[in-house]
Amino acid sequence: MADTSMYRVQTQTRASYSAGAVCIALIILFILLPTFAGRGLIQDLFFIFTMLVLAQFWNLLAGYGGLVSVGQQAFVGMGAYAMFGGVILWGMDPVFAILLGGVAALIVAIPTAFFAFRLQGAYFAIGTWVIAEVMRLLVAQWKVLGGGTGTSLPRTATREMWATEWIQTTFDVRGAAARDILTYWLALALVIATIAGIYWLLRTKRGLALAAVRDNVEAAKSVGVDAVRMKWLVYLVSAAGTGLTGALIYVQKLRISPDAAFSVTDWTAYVIFIVVIGGIGTIEGPILGVLIFFILQSLLADYGSWYLMVLGLIGIAVMLFAPRGLWGLISEKTGLQIFPVRRRLVLTNPKDGSNSIQSDKQREA
Amino acid sequence: MSLLETQGLTAHYGDFQALFGVDVRLEEGETVAIIGANGAGKSTLMRSISGVLTNGSDQVRFDGKPIGDLPADEIMGRGVAMVPEGRRLFPSLSVEENLLIGTYGRKVQGHWSLQTVYDLFPILQERRNHPGTALSGGQQQMVAIGRALMSNPRVLLCDEISLGLAPVVIKDIYAAVPRIQEAGASLIVVEQDIGQAMKVADRVYCMMEGRVTLEGTADTLSREAIHDAYFGGAAA
Amino acid sequence: MIWIDTIIQGVLLGGLYALFAAGLSLVFGIMRLVNLAHGDLIVFAAYLILLLVSVLGLSPFLAAIIAAPIMFGVGWALQRHVLNRVLGPDILPPLLVTFGLSVVLQNALLEGFSADSQRLPAGEITTASVQMGGLNLGVLPLLTFASAILVIVGLNQLFYRTELGRAFRATSDDAVTAGLMGIRPERIFATATAIAMLVVTLAALYLGMRANFDPNIGPARLIYAFEAVIIGGLGSLWGTLVGGIIIGVAQTVGAAINPEWQILAGHLAFLIVLLIKPRGLFPRAVD
Repeated sequence: MADTSMYRVQTQTRASYSAGAVCIALIILFILLPTFAGRGLIQDLFFIFTMLVLAQFWNLLAGYGGLVSVGQQAFVGMGAYAMFGGVILWGMDPVFAILLGGVAALIVAIPTAFFAFRLQGAYFAIGTWVIAEVMRLLVAQWKVLGGGTGTSLPRTATREMWATEWIQTTFDVRGAAARDILTYWLALALVIATIAGIYWLLRTKRGLALAAVRDNVEAAKSVGVDAVRMKWLVYLVSAAGTGLTGALIYVQKLRISPDAAFSVTDWTAYVIFIVVIGGIGTIEGPILGVLIFFILQSLLADYGSWYLMVLGLIGIAVMLFAPRGLWGLISEKTGLQIFPVRRRLVLTNPKDGSNSIQSDKQREA
Repeated sequence: MSLLETQGLTAHYGDFQALFGVDVRLEEGETVAIIGANGAGKSTLMRSISGVLTNGSDQVRFDGKPIGDLPADEIMGRGVAMVPEGRRLFPSLSVEENLLIGTYGRKVQGHWSLQTVYDLFPILQERRNHPGTALSGGQQQMVAIGRALMSNPRVLLCDEISLGLAPVVIKDIYAAVPRIQEAGASLIVVEQDIGQAMKVADRVYCMMEGRVTLEGTADTLSREAIHDAYFGGAAA
Repeated sequence: MIWIDTIIQGVLLGGLYALFAAGLSLVFGIMRLVNLAHGDLIVFAAYLILLLVSVLGLSPFLAAIIAAPIMFGVGWALQRHVLNRVLGPDILPPLLVTFGLSVVLQNALLEGFSADSQRLPAGEITTASVQMGGLNLGVLPLLTFASAILVIVGLNQLFYRTELGRAFRATSDDAVTAGLMGIRPERIFATATAIAMLVVTLAALYLGMRANFDPNIGPARLIYAFEAVIIGGLGSLWGTLVGGIIIGVAQTVGAAINPEWQILAGHLAFLIVLLIKPRGLFPRAVD
């Protein structure tokens, strides 16, 4: 067929190839970082990575799925509490209990989705928030895990955590520092898996369908996209990923309480600002957003509530004047795309192409 | 000076250009019909004049003043009222409330009031407390015309007022036109039904693909000329 | 008897929630705008009243009368200059802007007034009560409930008996056609939000007199208000009152069983109603 030899569908850009190389170099650097970096940097990066994962999942939900949830703290909290439950009630190793956190978030997401999907738009946002509040209040009734005041991971469990002994001897550090390195690596793995996974998802047929559903549910339906199934997929994937992240965050924090683990500010407000400021509906946006968020936090950390005020004002300003976020501005100006998902038609071999057309014509003649 | 005129009017929906330099004028006391096939740009022209779409300031002039970039409510305030395509009654409002909306926020003086609109369309008085959307198509069209008249406009824009109505109902609706003219309004009527348009109008513009392809007084235009302008010359 | 008392207290509490919700319902009904800062605006108004009380030495009622036009102006300016710019088919921008506003307001109040809880000094009225058929009812809750009814009657009159109300409904139905009829939708929206802020001032007055408040309680009030609006059904102000009462009764009954279950019971009642009737009990407008 002449057509197929002339054109192919391509998503890569030249920038994305060099970005790919930079990414691989960065990943190697990040893996090796604990050999020479101090504990402070490791902890900062842990914070950045985990917030980035939360932001990517919220972005998947709201930016790609069109599901504006104000209740993702439900899954952070459920994941974290499930991890604590696994450790305290069943004596699991905290590292493996993280997986339990993901599973638990997935399980509670099913009835939640069943309920929340009956709601549209703004109702959905408020509904998810109420559900998160209900979970917080229910968990506060769970006396074995400290009720409303919360509890800590038992010493024995944290000391004997998987791989910490090996890290202690290899890097010659104490238990607490070893735990930081371990959680840092886990967060790094989670970030890579999340970005790679979402990138892959968006480039598959399903990803295209997702964009179609976001842009116009009715039109997408008419060309055979199952909008309901896509919403379920995105919602459940986001819930599970958010749950895993929540569990991981609390393996590092060691102490949990319902108010902290189900905090709408920490796990949803911050995350929304990261995504909005960086650029909603792109993979690059949350990465840029989390860096800005972290810099602002470091600069304004001493000013208490001024920090949140500034963050809120920036969020409002971005929404008013640059609704596609800072990354939107950058890629508009430069055309830069690191994670391109847009499909482009590329002329592969014009010479062959013209030949084949000619031969067709000759045959006609 | 014409009462209302467009000069080199262009209009876009995003990347799509719908009007390419349209020149149309309406004199005081005149009724002008705009005909053309679906997608010719007739409704876009109406939306541009009425301010639903904003254009270059000078592209639309009313009473000698540029109004092309004004919002719809301001254009209405100056005396150009529209009967929109598809009637667009407010479902939460009763018939009478729909009519009263036409006078919102200002004291209007002139021939048209609730009483004179009811005189024009007596059935509406009977149905005054029904929700506008509970009426038949023809009655809804009467409400839409009455609603626009309530502001006592100098120019009344009628966008496809016969669309989807039975012939006998269309006759009733058009029977009101002379009385509207007598009360002092000049009219621009968008019609797909050429016969109807020729009957009511002093002059006719025919549009195709965003351009005016034919212009003339209703009695001088030949069937063939209209046919060509309507469907695109010899191609048809 | 104790149960009757609990339920009546719940109904009266529902009056407060209906006051929280009435302004939200108005704005939501007219422009489909979800104002996530609504709770924080109530708290902001409460601080404004407190400021007037402490600086000018006024009674809270008098202070609220002065605060009301200020809040009216705040609402007008907020809608005119910020929220109108993000209204559209996409619900995300207004959600995010009001969410940002919520965070800004909370932290500005924290900076200005610290995290200490405050209360509006209302004097004897806070403890006064009347005997009614063997029940001891607080004057302030009764006053709150009466105010809620008055506000809803008033808003309904405005909606169905005035020219402005007609314009509200017409714009809510179809803003483009409303423009063709000489109505500037942006002005209608600004007026609606300004009126909502009058109701917010009244809600703030009762909030501040009945209980302690601090800069962080806004979001919880927002949730109760939203639950009331959603249970009632979009666009029905009487529905909003019923919704407030359902939340209020669920909370007092829950609290009577176990004090820790008060809030939880309210949320569960909301979820159950929504599960049975996703569009609320008395849906009027088509969404």
